[in-house]
Amino acid sequence: MALIEIEGLEKAFGRHRVLRGIHLTIEAGSAVVLFGPNGAGKTTLLRILATLSRPSAGRVRVAGVEIRANPEGIRRYLGLVGHMPLLYDDLSAWENLRFYARLYGVERPEARIQELLERVGLWPRRKDLVRTFSRGMMQRLAIARALVHNPPILLLDEPDTGLDPQAAEMMTTLLREVGGHARTVLMTTHHLERGLALADRVLILAGGRLVFDAEAAAVSYNDLRPLYDRYVAGGV
Amino acid sequence: MKRYLQVIAAVWWKDVRVELRSKDIFTGMAVFAALALLILNFAFELRIPDKRLVVPGVLWVTVAFASVLGLGRAFISEKDRGSLAGLLLAPVDRSAVYFGKMLANLVFLLVVELFVLPLIVLFFNVTLISAPLLLVVALGTIGLAVVGTIFSALTVNTRAREVLLPILLFPIILPVLVGGIRMTIGLLEGEPLSKLGNWMQLLIIFDILYLVIAFLTFDYVVEE
Repeated sequence: MALIEIEGLEKAFGRHRVLRGIHLTIEAGSAVVLFGPNGAGKTTLLRILATLSRPSAGRVRVAGVEIRANPEGIRRYLGLVGHMPLLYDDLSAWENLRFYARLYGVERPEARIQELLERVGLWPRRKDLVRTFSRGMMQRLAIARALVHNPPILLLDEPDTGLDPQAAEMMTTLLREVGGHARTVLMTTHHLERGLALADRVLILAGGRLVFDAEAAAVSYNDLRPLYDRYVAGGV
Repeated sequence: MKRYLQVIAAVWWKDVRVELRSKDIFTGMAVFAALALLILNFAFELRIPDKRLVVPGVLWVTVAFASVLGLGRAFISEKDRGSLAGLLLAPVDRSAVYFGKMLANLVFLLVVELFVLPLIVLFFNVTLISAPLLLVVALGTIGLAVVGTIFSALTVNTRAREVLLPILLFPIILPVLVGGIRMTIGLLEGEPLSKLGNWMQLLIIFDILYLVIAFLTFDYVVEE
């Protein structure tokens, strides 16, 4: 079943066209990784899906519902992890998750928050202010935040940005755990190996167009690397 | 409706909690207001025979300028970690986020005014603390919080937000400030509140008008 359907999506900021006619269907339970150089339009695509940005043209449906028709309803389906953790420095880890649980109207939030903090390994630090956390800890808490309402779709916009290799590896393991086939994951990254390790399907976005789409099982790192480099260098 | 109110309460609680920890907004506004009152006190001391003549202006100018400092920081905690997107992802009409932030700003401004009013009494030796005057101050402050919060959201991602916010805020808030000043003059001259009905109506009408406009436009202000 298609959970996300995008038809002829365009986005322009003034005269600058960021997305140019994107057509994409994502099946429920799949893990799709979107590669692309800086400025390719990856973040813009995710922000449109998250209802944070309006499309200039085209249609986007989530679970069969046009996102502009019912953005409030769509947001319940979505969890977003971006470059920024979307957390508050002056609140503790527990208070941050409690706040987001209240925004989403989560029932029995205490149990859910404890489960998530334990899963991301931050339960012992639950009372500490977020400003005392390392970048890696913040990103793990950001994943817990995005999952607090147990969304069926997880949007990840370069969640490994700024992480050291060890923290990035820990994040990959965590994402594999929280993804699975119960959740649809759409992730953007520059890191080909890490992306391939998580993906069922890989896409390359360059110059606002989807230029490559394949099952991850059919693509090796050695196939993908020269292809990606060509698109990055070519600025398609 | 229950969910809507829950989101308003959650955003309000979060802002108050963050401010209680950081004290960024209150400290800035209170110190500025105290310094402004001190300077105005010295400025008017030499020439004005009756300080009651200048107190309405002193009060509202101090409150208006101090509020710009606080309102300018209203969305800073969202900007630092990109958390505005987190708020906007809440599955509820986004005006709930606006109302939560606006009510938090209103509380911050009122707390600063509770600090400012006794200072004016101290510096200018004028009896200011009365129920009608507190009502006028509250109505004016609602206008400031309503307009200031929407403009703070509008300017938070601009490079020149410290300059842009007062430039946008003061022309729009002028009817509220004029109403507040005229009513304060009347009350200090001993007029009863009932005789200042026109100014009271002006204050209330503009507060409601601005609130409706902010409610209708917040979604467009914050979305790309």
